[in-house]
Amino acid sequence: MRNIMIIIKKQLKDTIKNKTILIQFILFPLMTVIMENAITLEGMPELFFTKLFAIMYIGMAPITSVAAIISEEKEKNTLRVLMMANVMPWQYLCGVGFYVWAICMIGAGVMSLGFSGKDRAFFLGLMGIGFFISILAGACVGIFAKNQMAATSLVMPGMMILAFLPMLSMFNEKIAKVAKIFYTEQLKNILEKMSFSDMPENAVWIILLNAVVFVFLFSFVYKRKGLE
Amino acid sequence: MIQCQNIYKSYDTKTVLNGIDFTIPDGEIFGLLGPSGAGKTTIIKILTGQLSFDKGAVRILDKEVGDLTGEDKKQIGIMMDQFGLYERLSCADNLKIYADIYGIPHSRVKEILQRVGLADSTKLSAANLSKGMRARLLLARVFMHKPKIIFLDEPTSGLDPQSMRAIHRIILEKKKEGCTIFLTTHNMEEATALCDTVALLNDGKIVDYGKPKEICRKYNHQKKIILHLSGGEDLELSHEKESAKQIYDLLQAEEIETIHSSEPTLETVFLELTGRDFGEEE
Repeated sequence: MRNIMIIIKKQLKDTIKNKTILIQFILFPLMTVIMENAITLEGMPELFFTKLFAIMYIGMAPITSVAAIISEEKEKNTLRVLMMANVMPWQYLCGVGFYVWAICMIGAGVMSLGFSGKDRAFFLGLMGIGFFISILAGACVGIFAKNQMAATSLVMPGMMILAFLPMLSMFNEKIAKVAKIFYTEQLKNILEKMSFSDMPENAVWIILLNAVVFVFLFSFVYKRKGLE
Repeated sequence: MIQCQNIYKSYDTKTVLNGIDFTIPDGEIFGLLGPSGAGKTTIIKILTGQLSFDKGAVRILDKEVGDLTGEDKKQIGIMMDQFGLYERLSCADNLKIYADIYGIPHSRVKEILQRVGLADSTKLSAANLSKGMRARLLLARVFMHKPKIIFLDEPTSGLDPQSMRAIHRIILEKKKEGCTIFLTTHNMEEATALCDTVALLNDGKIVDYGKPKEICRKYNHQKKIILHLSGGEDLELSHEKESAKQIYDLLQAEEIETIHSSEPTLETVFLELTGRDFGEEE
């Protein structure tokens, strides 16, 4: 537990000075606050921008930041030094994963300002699940990629699919058919209803299946490549 | 004590270590000398458990290297050329991470930075350090938890003479404190100045092993004394009785400016044994 806390503390100090990661965490919560307060259109669903940006936030921030953090540590060989100092790989991954999840949840907290009571808890719960799956996806890329450059190249297409397909699916049925196999699309559908009772039938199963797929993918990549 | 017995290591069909054997007693500085690609870093990686080997036995801290526990590894410090720093963090923050891991109070961070001459740079980010300062910060990270065994992979490679001397001073201080130090280098002056014992490594094989001066004496085939006379000319004399009288006479006549013996350096010994220069790559 001590080593996990040390990793979290290290990441916190590093993020303050790492503008590229910092911007990932701040961008969508900030845009949500600005857009919700600046734009009101007739017929626009309630909290439209919050729900739209929330899904983009899930599909972008955790994946890119986890992949960038792990691949940078691998490239600079700081990860090897941590391992030599008896920090276990699982402690490192838990530290980075929990740190990114917690920061994203703070961002989600800012985005949830427009919700009240139960809806806010519902929103935060969904965001927490989404962040968890995205962190697994980001860890797969970070472990697989040899360096930051490779990680960025691998993250880009995945991020585009997960973050933008749910938005594009609102305008195109064909895209919606493809997008529905991804957890971000299902999370968007659930967010639109904002209740467990109206939840789309297969949504929970698809989200669960996505989580299982990424857990398996993570185990496979980790067994093959390890952390060094 | 570090014991390495008959180590073999191959990558595919290429044998990179071919029966490596040596023992390093506690409190000694051991130097592994050889050109780039000779297998120095591979040996460090094997000794520190980062790399497996095909055959042989390695014992560190009275245990087989594979049996070292996490606590044992905390008694080992490693500085490798490719080991990085957290570029965006300050010198102090870089060390504080490891102070926390090793359970060392943060007050020691300041003390160790002072010791390696970085007291004025505690708040400077690692990205802004010069090569010499980076090397000293890496050394500080290695020494901070007072390890019993220290592995240094070319610690002064590419550094200016002043930084090199500063690092030599720190290494010798650690030896005085009782650390066992394993050093790889291709700088024979460094090896002669620091090491109690050296091994000359070529193509994955140790070609000679012993105290630096003994190795040099062993290969002193010429056995000549070179006198530089006040007249400007050099005089070469052999190590024989007859030369003593001649030197005595010249000294009496105050005609000698310098006297040198012709012992070879580690570099010339290596050249004689392998036909290769330290600077050559595989």
